[in-house]
Parts: sequence; C-alpha cells; structure tokens
Amino acid sequence: MEKQVILNDKHLELTLKRLCHELIETHNDFSETVIIGLQPRGIHVVQRIKEQLQNILKKEVTCGTLDITFFRDDFRRRETPLIPSVTNIDFSIENKNIVLVDDVLFTGRTIRSGLDALLSFGRPKGVELLVLVDRRFRRDLPIEANYVGKAVDTLLSERVSVEWAEIEGQDKIVLYSKENDE
Amino acid sequence: MMNNLSVDHLTGIKDLTAEDIELIFKTADSFKEVINRPIKKVPSLRDITIANLFFENSTRTKLSFELAEKRLSADIVNFSASGSSVKKGETLVDTVNNILSMKVDLVVMRHPNPGAATFLSKKIGAKVINAGDGTHEHPTQALLDSYSIREKFGSVKGKKVVIVGDILHSRVALSNIYCLQKQGAEVMVCGPLNLIPKNMKDLGVKVSNNLKEALEWCDVANMLRIQLERQDETFFPSLREYAMLFGLNKGILDSLSKKIVVMHPGPINRGVEITSDVADSDQSIILQQVENGVAIRMAVIYLLASQIER
Repeated sequence: MEKQVILNDKHLELTLKRLCHELIETHNDFSETVIIGLQPRGIHVVQRIKEQLQNILKKEVTCGTLDITFFRDDFRRRETPLIPSVTNIDFSIENKNIVLVDDVLFTGRTIRSGLDALLSFGRPKGVELLVLVDRRFRRDLPIEANYVGKAVDTLLSERVSVEWAEIEGQDKIVLYSKENDE
Repeated sequence: MMNNLSVDHLTGIKDLTAEDIELIFKTADSFKEVINRPIKKVPSLRDITIANLFFENSTRTKLSFELAEKRLSADIVNFSASGSSVKKGETLVDTVNNILSMKVDLVVMRHPNPGAATFLSKKIGAKVINAGDGTHEHPTQALLDSYSIREKFGSVKGKKVVIVGDILHSRVALSNIYCLQKQGAEVMVCGPLNLIPKNMKDLGVKVSNNLKEALEWCDVANMLRIQLERQDETFFPSLREYAMLFGLNKGILDSLSKKIVVMHPGPINRGVEITSDVADSDQSIILQQVENGVAIRMAVIYLLASQIER
C-alpha cells in the first residue's frame, strides 16, 4: 500500500478556515442555517468547522449529526449487515438552510441516502453540500458539492482517508494506492 | 462489534447469545430514534414481504409487529386463524406453504402449540419470528422487557428481577428468565407454588411465595397476568384471594425500603395482579415497554432480513 499525503495539518487548517469564510459569505450569521454532519466521518469535519465559525462569528452555530444506514441502497448487497450510528437532530429543520457535511465525496450514493434521511425531519428551505475532498469524475449519481476543500483525481482502486488528531493522531488527508497498479 | 445474529430465525431466547441480545439492543436504539422523527419510516425493507400469521388472539403484539414492519417499509399480509382454512382442516405447514408460494420472505407467527415456531422454521424456506408459541417462549416480549430495564438503569447486568404470577402458563416468564440470565441479571419467580414449574431451581432461578419478601429483594417487578384461558383446572380458590396474596397495590409498594420499577407485559387485569394506582404510578414503565416493543421488533426484523439473499 503506497501512501501519499494530499494535505498536511497546516494546509488542512487553512482549507477549513477558507471553507468557513465561504460559508459565511452565503449564510451570514447562520441564524437561518444549520450544519448537519453525516455519520460516521462527517461529524469530525463539522466539529472543526463549528469551532472555527464560532470563533469568527462569536455566536453559537446549530449543528447535528445524521446517520444514513437505513436509507442506503446496498442493504443486503453487502457481506455483513450495516450497523447504524447515532442521529442527533434535536432542532427543527423546517424552512432552514442546511449545509450537509461529509469528509469525502466519491460515488455520491452516501449523499443521496443522506438527502432522503434528512427529509424525514421535515422540509428544509434548501440543502447545500460541503466536503473536504472531492474525488472528481467518480460519481455514480448526478451530485456535486457547493463547497470543496480539495479536489483530487483518483483511481477506483485508491482510497482517500481524512485523518484527525483526536482519532488517528494527526490531522491530514492521505491517498492510499495499491502498489504496481495500472 | 459483531454485526450479524448467530441465528437464522428468532424462535426463542434460548438460542441467542449475549452478543446477539446486545446487537439487537444497539440496533433498537437507532430505531427508537427513528420512530420519534416527524416521518417515522425508513426504506430499508422495501423489497421484503412479511406474513403475520396469528393462530391465537393478540392485540398489542400484532399491532406492534405491524407497525414495526410498516416503519421499515416492508409489504405485509395478515392472517388470523378465525375465518381461515385452518377451520377447514388444513395443516400448519400446508397453510404456511400456500402463503409462501405468494413469495413471502419472513413469517411472524403466534400459535397455541409450544414449539410451533421451531417446527415451522425447519419446514419452510422463509425466516421465522416467534410471536408467542403456547406456554413456551415469547422472545420479542422478553427482549423489549430487558431493553426497558436497560433504558431505565443503563444496564441489565447485576439487576434483581422478580417475575410475579402464573409462571407455569407463561411464555413471557420463560423467555424473560433466559434473556435476563444471559445478560447477567438475577431472577426470582413469585406466585402460588402450584403455578410455579418444578424446573425453576434447575434454571438457577430463586423461588418465593411471599410477595412482600420478593419485592424487598428486587430492583424490578414484572407482574404477569393469570392466564385463565390456559388453565384446565382450578389452581386457586378465587381471583380475589389471588389478588389479596399476590396482587401489587400501592400499600405494599410504598412500604418497601426502596423505589422499585414495575413492569407488565399486558394485557392488564386491573385489580387482580396490579391495582390501577400502581399501574399508573411513576414507578410503572408499562407504556414505555409498549413503545420499546416497536423499536425492538424493528431491530429483530431488520437484522433477520439482512440475512436474506436474493
């Protein structure tokens, strides 16, 4: 397995800052906007963005987490059953602007499930998508992100992993590829 | 964590491992959150068809299973013994096979004969969930009872649970004993001695025929109904006498040295095994049990359905 760091901790912090400012450009003081992170890995992105936004705006930003397990399209098509994570949306999304957040955008299937799961909670005014990494030209569905941290071109066999200090020991984005591939 | 059940059917708690029970509870946690959303439905089982076969009366369990199935988006067909071909002499396997020819993936069955679900699971290709087989087992009830205890105390392990009433005719009692013991709880049964089966000591269950003593010992009391419909002889002189000796009333409850939790699988006979003021008190979690029943049944159906191959 070959390993290539796409973004190190310093660059990742800059990228997160830039994304926050882009968000503020559109959503002003976040009074009509909520941020929802997709389980399991999107919630860490939300955590960082929330901290940054609150630092800049000096006010509380409403954030939630959404699990999409029951809305996936590959139920019973996998080797092992899917085990759900926690959903925590303790506020109304009715008529709110929503920023859906995940770490990596790849086939678009997770986001499709996320949109379906989200609508169980009501009818938002609009939904936008923020991802840290966009694996371009690899979509199975017509889904694109509004805010992108870093766009990368990858092979299907490769894997992109966003790693965090609190879990993996260091903030970074890594591209793993099999040796001798194509 | 293990994420597949060790069994192919849910015919009884006896076949489950402690890990199975934990997996069902973890999955039920998620479904409990789902059924409190504005839209209480997920599309997971869109391509699954479930038959509910009730060869014996049921209100709560049938309703609970139906709701669970609908909230998972499964297609369902219902069948009850009255008004069916069972009265015309058809055997159980024939009835079920006819229904399965209509491409049913999973069968939920309640039947008056002990072992009916296990028998069926060996004869047909569909998944089987036992919704009560005579005086044998009622696994989803025991799971939801334990789940409610876990919700109340954080864990079932080390808790002391007394099951009071007609243990001899109760499938809820047997399933509860297996379920609680597998999770490390201590179990006592309490009731008239002729309504307590002789094998209780072999199962490692304490026996008492003094309600007050039993209640002083326990953290949770599960009050069972007297199953008059299954009793073919007279076990005690009158319901009034039973209520006097084994009925839970506010007087006894308040005289205990600690606040215990009161459960009841329903249907309640108010004034017999439990008085109204106890059933409606803040120590009773009877209605939480009903809510948890839907989440538990969604979890069991979801986990079994995930094993179905196309």
